[in-house]
Amino acid sequence: MTAPAELRRASEPAEPTADELAGQAAFDELIAADSRIEPRDWMPEAYRKTLIRQISQHAHSEIIGMQPESNWISRAPSLKRKAILMAKVQDEAGHGLYLYSAAQTLGIGREEMMRQLIEGRARYSSIFNYPTPTWADMGAIGWLVDGAAICNQVPLCRASYGPYGRAMVRICKEESFHQRQGFEILLELMQGTEAQRRMAQDAVNRWYWPSLMMFGPPDDESPNSAQSMAWNIKRFSNDELRQRFVGMLVPQAEVLGVTLPDPELAWNEERQAYDMSEIDWTEFHEVLAGRGPANAERLRRRREAHEAGAWVREAAAEYARKQADRAAELAGAVA
Amino acid sequence: MSTPGASTGAADQAGASTGAADQWPLWEVFVRAGRGLSHVHVGSLHAPDAELAVRNARDLYTRRGEGVSIWVVPADAVTTSDPDAKGAFFESPAGKNYRHAVYYTKSEGVKHL
Ligand SMILES: [Fe+2]
Ligand SMILES: [Fe+2]
Repeated sequence: MTAPAELRRASEPAEPTADELAGQAAFDELIAADSRIEPRDWMPEAYRKTLIRQISQHAHSEIIGMQPESNWISRAPSLKRKAILMAKVQDEAGHGLYLYSAAQTLGIGREEMMRQLIEGRARYSSIFNYPTPTWADMGAIGWLVDGAAICNQVPLCRASYGPYGRAMVRICKEESFHQRQGFEILLELMQGTEAQRRMAQDAVNRWYWPSLMMFGPPDDESPNSAQSMAWNIKRFSNDELRQRFVGMLVPQAEVLGVTLPDPELAWNEERQAYDMSEIDWTEFHEVLAGRGPANAERLRRRREAHEAGAWVREAAAEYARKQADRAAELAGAVA
Repeated sequence: MSTPGASTGAADQAGASTGAADQWPLWEVFVRAGRGLSHVHVGSLHAPDAELAVRNARDLYTRRGEGVSIWVVPADAVTTSDPDAKGAFFESPAGKNYRHAVYYTKSEGVKHL
């Protein structure tokens, strides 16, 4: 800074330094060229903050997202389904870890993110605050929730922040199995008894709207979207992605033989897109504000797992310390 | 959560202390996809020691047969070039195109050259 700090009023913004100006210019140039920003590059504070918030929320979603499904691992209808479900839940844990690593490159510690989550100071996708009362929910989650996630995440593979994009590439590769196994669960139920068909339809009825809400508020109520798009973090608007998702679901629902629970869903020849009913955003905001069906339960469970795992972490650290001491002793004895 | 890899999501820190000293160190992970290929950086993870880092790396980065060999390196053992000194540090290729085969055009048309 050029001017002595005490001569400047607090309200006056600090003059950018020459380094900052050069950094900003280099950053702008990389963004304009649709190139990637890497961890040790200069970046605007707001860009860093936005990414930390988005990536950590995304990581938390993967971690909390294990719960609705792990709920069914012990009750899966066959050994095959149990193995598949375990593999999927394990993938979600991995996704959380890739994303925490990506966020760490921006200067936030993993333990800090973990603390934010278990203390209820961080957000995660509100979709995971819905309960999973039936086996068909495993099908609906895979098909609709993972499906919506894929739709959101594929464009994020090209996000301007290198580590985030690379994590998303890895995640997207693994996600397609998640959606297919869910689709298959629903298909098998739809080819089963009358009761099984009802169960599948009921699950689709419950998950359809929440999955559409996963794309976030409508474009005119999404104040940060424009900046995220200018930074090449976001590539398509919430409504564009939602529309694309519905377009993919309609023919898939036909194959399944389920009805999507929107009486106004109809192809609009003129727009070359589906018309749909208004989304009930009051519900979305309720769930987001922590008043969803399972918010408290999800956080309680996460905190419990963290605390119950403390002795494992302590034991592993202690073992590592002892091994290191022993190695040092041995080296000393030899010398 | 059935494996060490899956459980490290919650496990970066021994005990309740928040000090960095209690945090499991960060490791960079390199995976060799097959014989004849080099190890390639795939990401990072936290683990208390090298042995667990290798195990966790297996569970985190090779769940679908992505590798036949894993290296883990303590992240703080990596020394990097200064990203701000790109131009100055990396020799400019300008004016040195004689280092590329395409610089030599007189041999055009001559076979096996
Ligand atoms: Fe995931
Ligand atoms: Fe998934």
